[in-house]
Amino acid sequence: MTDFLHAVMTSALARNAVIIGLLASVACGIVGTYVVTRRISYIAASVAHCVLAGLGAARYVNVVHGWTFPNPVQGALIAALLAAGVIGWVSLRTREREDTAIGAVWAIGMAVGILFIYQTPGYNQDLMSYLFGNILLVSNRYLYLTLALDVFIVAVAAIFYYQLQAVCFDEEFARLRNLRVGLYYLLLLALTAITVVLLSMVVGIVLVIALLTLPTGIAGRFARSMGQMMMLSCLICAVFTVLGLSLSYGPDLPAGPTIIVLTGAAYLLSAAGCYAWGKRIRRG
Amino acid sequence: MTLAVELRGVSFGYESERVLRDVDLTIDQGRFVCFAGPNGGGKSTLFRLILGLLRPDRGSVRVLGRTPEDAHLSMGYVPQNFAFDPRFPVRVSDVVRMGCLGRRSRRAEDRRTAERALEEVGLPQLANVWFNTLSGGQRQRVLIARGLATRPEILLLDEPTANVDAVAEQEILDLLEALRGKLTVLLVTHSASVASRFLEMIVCVNRRVHIHPPADKVDDQLMRHICGYEPLPEQHPPLPSRTRGGAGRVPPAGESPP
Repeated sequence: MTDFLHAVMTSALARNAVIIGLLASVACGIVGTYVVTRRISYIAASVAHCVLAGLGAARYVNVVHGWTFPNPVQGALIAALLAAGVIGWVSLRTREREDTAIGAVWAIGMAVGILFIYQTPGYNQDLMSYLFGNILLVSNRYLYLTLALDVFIVAVAAIFYYQLQAVCFDEEFARLRNLRVGLYYLLLLALTAITVVLLSMVVGIVLVIALLTLPTGIAGRFARSMGQMMMLSCLICAVFTVLGLSLSYGPDLPAGPTIIVLTGAAYLLSAAGCYAWGKRIRRG
Repeated sequence: MTLAVELRGVSFGYESERVLRDVDLTIDQGRFVCFAGPNGGGKSTLFRLILGLLRPDRGSVRVLGRTPEDAHLSMGYVPQNFAFDPRFPVRVSDVVRMGCLGRRSRRAEDRRTAERALEEVGLPQLANVWFNTLSGGQRQRVLIARGLATRPEILLLDEPTANVDAVAEQEILDLLEALRGKLTVLLVTHSASVASRFLEMIVCVNRRVHIHPPADKVDDQLMRHICGYEPLPEQHPPLPSRTRGGAGRVPPAGESPP
C-alpha cells in the first residue's frame, strides 16, 4: 500500500492509472445504473467481447499496414458502438430472438478479435492485457480521450435524466408521452458501449461486466432514486478501483482481477448482510 | 362537440387469432365508460387500439377527432400496478412527474403539477417514499396520480382494482367516482362488482362489443355478458360503405338491435 502511495507521488504512470480508474468509475456508476435497472447486462457483456475485435483489428492495421488510425482504443470504440448498434437494431426492428442475436454478436466479436491478433506478427502478449486489463499500460496515452468520453456520458445523463428514467421504468407510458423510446434505447446502448470501452482499459474485457453491475448491485440495496444509485455506485466503484490498484501494486498482482475480487466480495457480503437483516426483521 | 373515441369497423388479431371483430363504438366527451367482459375477451386489446399502441387490421380509430398517435398527449394512461420491476429505484414523486413528460414546461412547474396530482389521490405524504415499498393499492393510486399529471382529456385505466384488497378497492373506486363529469374516463374491468358502481355506460367486450342499455343495477344478461357465459350480439348494420355483408346478417335469436 505504501509502495503504491509512493508510486503515485513519484510516477506519472501510476498517477494516471488512478485518474483513469476514477474517471472510469464515474461512467461506471451512471451507466451501470441504467444497465442494471433496464436489465441489459447481457448486452453490455456482448458488447464487451466485441471490443476484442476492435482492439485486434486496430492493432493489426497499425502493425501490418502502418496505419496510425485507428489506434487500439479508437478501434475498440468503433467495434463497441457497432455491436451496440447491431443489437439495438435487432431488438427494435426485427422479430429475431434478442438473446440469440446477443450471443452471436458476443462470439463473433471474440473470434474476429482472436483471428486478427494471431495474424499480427510479433509478440502477442497484447491478448492477455486486452482480456484482463493492464491499466498501467494504457493509462498514459488515453487520459484526454477518457476525460472527453466521461464528460459526454455525464452530460447526456444530466440532460436526459427524466426521459431515460421514464423509458427504463415504464417504456409503454413513455411512448404514450410521445418520447422516442427507440432512440433513447439506442442512446442507452451507445452510452453502454462507451463505458464498456473505458472499463475494459481498467479491468479488461472479460471482467468489464462485473465492474458494470456489482457496484450498482450494492448501491441498489440503499438507493431510493436513480440519481442516488448513480452517485453511490460511482463512489463504490472508485473506492474499489483505487483499493485494487494499490493492493495489487506491491505484490505485483494484475490490477483488474484484484479489483474484481474486491468488488465481488463486497457484493456477496452485502447480499448476505441483507439476507440476514431481512430474516431478523421477519422474525421480529 | 368532437367525439372522445370513435371506432369504425375495427378488426384486430394477433398472429392467427382474431381478437376483435367489426367493432363500432362512439363515446361522447365527459362520459364515464366501463369496459367489462371476461378475461381474454379483448378488453385490453381494445384499449391498446384506442391508445395507438396497436393498429387495427381493418377499420379506423379516432380519438378526439385525431389519430390515436396525434392524441397521445391528451390521454392519461393508468396501467396495471404489478407490471413493474419491484426493485426499480424511483421515488413516488418521480413516478408522478413522468406524467409531465412530453410537455414543454419548466421543472418547477412539473413539480407543482405532480404535487397537486398526488394530493388529488390523497397521498401527498408519500411524495418522497420509495415506490417499491408501497402497497398494491397505494401503488395504483400513485399511477392514477401520474395519469392525472398528464392533464388528460381522457383518462384510461386498465383494471385499476386488480390485485388490491377490498379496502383499497373502495378507495380507488371512490377516487374515480370523484372524477366523474370532470373528464372522459374509460375503465377496463373484469369484475361485475366494479362495473356495478359505474352503470352510466357499460361496454361489454368479448370478441365483439355491445353497449349495454343504461340500467340502475347489473341485471342477469349484463352479468352473463361480463362473465362471458353468453356471446355478445352482433353489432348493427355498420357503415354503408362497408363491402363485407354485415348489413344482411340476421342477429341471433332473442336479440334486439341496440
